[in-house]
Amino acid sequence: MRYSLLSLAANALRGHAGWRPAWRDAAPKAAYDAVVVGGGGHGLATAYYLARNHGLADVAVLEKGWIGSGNAGRNTTIIRSNYLLPGNSAFYELSMRLWEGLEADLNYNAMVSQRGVLNLFHSDAQRDAAVRRGNAMRLEGIDAELLSADEVRRALPFLNFDDARFPIRGGLRQRRGGTARHDAVVWGYARAASERGVDIVQNCEVTGILRDPAGAVAGVETSRGTIRAGKVGVAVAGHSSRVAAMAGLRLPIESHVLQAFVSEAIKPLLDTVVTFGAGHFYISQSDKGGLVFGGDIDGYNSYAQRGNLPTVEDVCEGGMALMPALGRVRVLRSWGGIMDMSMDGSPIIDATPVPGLFLNAGWCYGGFKATPASGHCFARLIATGTPEPAAAAYRLDRFLRGATIDEKGQGAQANLH
Amino acid sequence: MRDVQSHRLDAAGLVDRARPLGFRFDGRAYEGFLGDTLASALLANGVRLVGRSFKYHRPRGIVTAGPEEPNALVALREGARREPNSKATAVELFDGLSARSQNRWPSLAFDAGAVNGLLAPLLVAGFYYKTFKWPSGFWERVYEPAIRRAAGLGRSSGLPDPDSYEGAYAFCDLLVIGAGPAGLAAALAAGRAGARVILCEEDFALGGRLLCERDAVDGRPAAAWAARAVAELATLPGVTLMARTAVFGAYDGGTFGAVEKVSDHLAVPDPGRPRQRLWRIAARRSVLAAGAIERPLVFPGNDRPGVMMAAASRSYVNRFGVLPGRRVAVLTATDDGWRAAFDLAERGARIEAVIDPRPAGPPALEERARRLGARLLRGGRVAGTHGRLGLTGVTVAAAGGRTERLPVDLLVMSGGYNPNLALTTHLGARPAWSEEIAAFVPGGLPPGMSVAGAARGTLSLGAALREGHAAGREAAEACGLGGCAGEAPRADDEAAGLAASWPVAGARKAFVDFQHDVTVADVALAHREGFRSVELLKRYTTLGMATDQGKLSNLNGHALMAGLLGRPIPEVGTTAARAPTVPVAIGALAGHARGRHFKPTRLTAGHALAAERGATFVEAGQWLRPQWFAAPGEADWLATVTREVRAVREAVGICDVSTLGKIDVQGPDAGAFLDRVYVNGFSGLPVGRARYGVMLREDGFVLDDGTAARLAPDHFVVSTTTANAARVMKHLTYCAQVLWPEADVQLASVTEAWAQYAVAGPRARRLLEALLGAAADVSDAALPFMGAREFEWAGVPVRLFRLSFSGELAYEIAVPAAYGDALGRALLAAGAFLGVAPYGSEALGVLRIEKGHVAGNEISGTTTAGDLGLGRLMSRKKDFVGRALAGRPGLVDPDRLRLVGLRPLDPAGRLSGGAHLLAPGAAATTANDLGYVTSAAFSPSLGRWIALALLRRGPERIGEHLRAVDLLRGTDVPVEVCPPVFVDPEGVRLHA
Amino acid sequence: MRIACPFCGSRDLREFSFLGDAGAAGAGLPGAGPGAGPGAGAEAGADAGPGAGPDADAGARAEAVYLRDNPAGRHRGLWYHEAGCRSWLAVTRDTRTHAIFAVELAREGAR
Repeated sequence: MRYSLLSLAANALRGHAGWRPAWRDAAPKAAYDAVVVGGGGHGLATAYYLARNHGLADVAVLEKGWIGSGNAGRNTTIIRSNYLLPGNSAFYELSMRLWEGLEADLNYNAMVSQRGVLNLFHSDAQRDAAVRRGNAMRLEGIDAELLSADEVRRALPFLNFDDARFPIRGGLRQRRGGTARHDAVVWGYARAASERGVDIVQNCEVTGILRDPAGAVAGVETSRGTIRAGKVGVAVAGHSSRVAAMAGLRLPIESHVLQAFVSEAIKPLLDTVVTFGAGHFYISQSDKGGLVFGGDIDGYNSYAQRGNLPTVEDVCEGGMALMPALGRVRVLRSWGGIMDMSMDGSPIIDATPVPGLFLNAGWCYGGFKATPASGHCFARLIATGTPEPAAAAYRLDRFLRGATIDEKGQGAQANLH
Repeated sequence: MRDVQSHRLDAAGLVDRARPLGFRFDGRAYEGFLGDTLASALLANGVRLVGRSFKYHRPRGIVTAGPEEPNALVALREGARREPNSKATAVELFDGLSARSQNRWPSLAFDAGAVNGLLAPLLVAGFYYKTFKWPSGFWERVYEPAIRRAAGLGRSSGLPDPDSYEGAYAFCDLLVIGAGPAGLAAALAAGRAGARVILCEEDFALGGRLLCERDAVDGRPAAAWAARAVAELATLPGVTLMARTAVFGAYDGGTFGAVEKVSDHLAVPDPGRPRQRLWRIAARRSVLAAGAIERPLVFPGNDRPGVMMAAASRSYVNRFGVLPGRRVAVLTATDDGWRAAFDLAERGARIEAVIDPRPAGPPALEERARRLGARLLRGGRVAGTHGRLGLTGVTVAAAGGRTERLPVDLLVMSGGYNPNLALTTHLGARPAWSEEIAAFVPGGLPPGMSVAGAARGTLSLGAALREGHAAGREAAEACGLGGCAGEAPRADDEAAGLAASWPVAGARKAFVDFQHDVTVADVALAHREGFRSVELLKRYTTLGMATDQGKLSNLNGHALMAGLLGRPIPEVGTTAARAPTVPVAIGALAGHARGRHFKPTRLTAGHALAAERGATFVEAGQWLRPQWFAAPGEADWLATVTREVRAVREAVGICDVSTLGKIDVQGPDAGAFLDRVYVNGFSGLPVGRARYGVMLREDGFVLDDGTAARLAPDHFVVSTTTANAARVMKHLTYCAQVLWPEADVQLASVTEAWAQYAVAGPRARRLLEALLGAAADVSDAALPFMGAREFEWAGVPVRLFRLSFSGELAYEIAVPAAYGDALGRALLAAGAFLGVAPYGSEALGVLRIEKGHVAGNEISGTTTAGDLGLGRLMSRKKDFVGRALAGRPGLVDPDRLRLVGLRPLDPAGRLSGGAHLLAPGAAATTANDLGYVTSAAFSPSLGRWIALALLRRGPERIGEHLRAVDLLRGTDVPVEVCPPVFVDPEGVRLHA
Repeated sequence: MRIACPFCGSRDLREFSFLGDAGAAGAGLPGAGPGAGPGAGAEAGADAGPGAGPDADAGARAEAVYLRDNPAGRHRGLWYHEAGCRSWLAVTRDTRTHAIFAVELAREGAR
């Protein structure tokens, strides 16, 4: 059923009794051409693009809980392509272009809102780094502009300009960046994939990876039985190491908890995404009115989907330092997601040493914005065996070769990325 | 002129009628009493309409008497102190309080936004996902702004919060959360046994439901017993009573977060006092005694002002002495709910009807209700409510289906109780289902926690007291305290008489989530469209996501979904509760860390002197460093910096370099240890000499650079960059303790212990001679380039190094920090005849760029020693951290970006950091990107702009012409690639 | 979270910083990788004679530096008591519950 104002109005007249499930809640078949493990944004997007771009519709997405229950539903909904390094910027710009056409493509309003992303800087060295990055973006064809401190003040007068420990010296803005409604992205891809024949199987936990005598992938064992498939794509960021271990693989990944926060809903205050440069803090306002914000990971490896108080305080300190009006705004909810922190801060989209097993992992805390391109590139890799050029740098062996993609320059320590 | 308190009772309640308090709501003046909440004071004045709902802007009143309130949200206070979305039921009344209703225009009684109610058939759950997709670009420009304006509730002032906040730590044997019957009993038992107890209560009064009930405890009225218990607790030495303190989160290791509302009951905090205080409480054991919340019933029109929870109505009558309505209908699915009829009737209300959907119940209740003249509708329901802005009547349906309209101004409802168990689930445990009370009760518990009373699902007062007492006694015993816990308090074990009464699909305008306007129909739609997991239901309909955090709505919504699915509630489950259990001000969580106190400010010993000399300071991490020293008449900072650089190149300058990291490395293995952490060798360095060294990370990239000087065979002092001081210290301790624990070496950070000045320029030696006189021989023979000396001067230990960052004849002189100020003054005095000038970090930067020395912009964490022209330092005779991985193909690729210098072809051309390098005529694309400018400066020595850059195959391109392109600033400067050392490449000046 | 530092006693999480898996410590150093005994580093240093150039086994060492077991369950990690006694600690902890089973000085724990 197409979604439109007209179909909404027509259904309203019938008491909305005519709506059908947005996607089929499928029971697993015994075999598929390909299985995607993980019913988050990346897994569902992968299945969608497998069907849409490669005509591969005999596909199942296996989700251990309900779709979008992992990081797809736990992020702070920011989309942007303001990356420095060539290995990243082309990929995230591909993602941004897919975001820009997403709603027409999916016939679903994911509330992609290009309200801008502004990275503040607070020192000459940070300005030089921002200029370097902005120029790298422009060379890649990505919009970027440098704002003076006065221009930042005109745009966001309620930031702390006059009593700051680290005064705002300016900012780097990407106007095409912004936010998207994270759950809607999941549902939009699920609905579109389902319409193209993909089976979305919830409450189906993968417990083992089947291999044929030659060592190639033959399918998966799940909590709902054995499912055979010659190609298995793993998109379970946060838990990649655990699934990879089922195939005997160790990954350059450590799992860490990242907390996020939302305030009580207030009338519009902040019309863009802002990141503080003198501490770990970023903030935007949702369409509902809640201020959505976060900061650094807790810093220790964890699978607990929750964090501790020092990080809560650290994030709020950044918030108050940046926006002193936040003092009387209340935190309504906090939550934690498990991040695949890779050893260079960049993701992995690659075939593995196990034939037929493909890996989409290592998204650190940047996976949401990558959702469309991740699915697009992973689908191509699974369908054709060759990587999409924009994702060609995301190889597993880059660590051994010394071809790391380290935006922050922090080296082989996962929690510093 | 203030209104009279039309609904205040002459007696009853715990408010102080001798202490009237004036307040304003929507500009109108009212009066309440000390001990009121804003909600009780509004009800006392007959105010029923207090807010508008989120989506349909429906009129809303006061539903509860506590922090679970979904509707009565107001903007509290004025100006910069405005607090949007304050729950009137949790705001303690104070004299002069001012509050305004929210989410309405132009007025609360006439709200244009209520038109949304007419559009309700379109604005169902998730409507926006299906529409607003066309035309492209309209979302950001038209639809989204409209949605955003309509959404949100209160308005932030946007002004800096004028109040202050602070954080504190507390430690105890037992943390008791909640000062109701179970909590008081637990605190008494543990406190008497000798435990250190902290008792936290969110309310401003201690006692919980005891303040609202008319039962007896130990033969006294409940409230009187509570007062006695509190008085006894106050006498126990180990017990700390913390009212107005909400425990909002359970964290690992027995740590809890709590927020104390220190001054929220005052118009303005007292001088020197914070508004709120964040407590981090480390408790060996905890008892959760947070009570339970009454559950609403879901029926058509259940959101109208005048519909209230039954327990809340008893709170208003019994605790606040307010009669919330005069003609009352009681809708209850519990025996407990009937008590509202009795309590309200006793204070003068007329009970029109008691409607109980259950077919049968205790005859005693019915008999008592009949005596009140109330109609009894067993098996009945409420089919609708009436009244535009407040309840004027209800349509009730008897068991047989016959409907009748009753004129009432208050409808109270009771659907059972939900235990306040959120703190039990913060560490990951899931609640368990209790058929007995038809609600979720605590399942697993955090380590060290026990639960007592209603929070555990124990709804009789007597049992709650016993459980609390036992929990307190056991906690004390677990902490090894054997004192006498005394007897458990006694009260009747009256059962609450619960039976499940869940909403069913079909009811119109029956609200499950009041604040977010989630109706029965919305839940049914979510089910129809496949959003059937309770988490998907929440996300699709926003059920439970309002400021009441789903305290009233969640279970009804989940039960409704369970019914639609035909599955039992526990199988459908419930959503995970997350901290905070009550919304907490961001200011409280940030504490004092705001404004200039966001991070500590580190000042060098020379700070005051620099300030006297007119320094402009700049942040260098947490340090403040002099950036430059402007002289009168200088046009701009560039003129100042140019003068300072010239002073160093032509005469002598001094610069405070105390912020550089300094690490003492001592022990027999000190030399061998440094061999392992630097790429170059140090064990062979003679005593009295210093050496420049580079450290790598384990992955082979450069970590930091600096010098290490050998002061004795077993004593080195290592210097680091300012930015990396802590990281290098951490790295070295890691190497010493983890990698080579057998090495006999000790490390100490001495950065703050020594004040250090650079003395640089052709006249530097003459300055030191004048300063030190006979205390030290600073001749080239005695102290050659890279020499290091320790000696005493005027009784003060001095470390003198002949090091140069500027490329001039230069020294660094260090004294204990206490003498730093004196050293700076002495240097200026001794050098006056030589024209000594203090110079700041900016001139320091120019001097080092002229010499091609790398700094933070080049040591970016992605550069190798080879990239920076330092590859020749890497020893092949020894192993060191990073050596193996530095040999990976990607790190030795000849195509890497490597350090070079740049000169504009046009001598007037200006360079800027961050510009990228392109070949002449090359299109501005990533493929043509050859590198970037790392550091740029105007060189006074060359009279033109120069820069350092990282350039693909850089050293091979010396002499090539390229363009430095800054697309952000719109500049495109032709440049020549040159070696990175611009001044004195032979190093003649160094060795002067 | 609270960590019982052998020197300082039970201290709040905010005093500590986490480095990573204890087993990966020194994996990039010839002779100092997991399983190598104390002093092995110095001997290996002697092996790397002049002209050794890039290590033939740089790839294997990189694997040891970058790859992780990353278990959901019991894990031994290195923590630094940065705002305390500056000791490096080996903390055995459950990554699912954050329960801490053991805290030892890293210099005393067998590497």
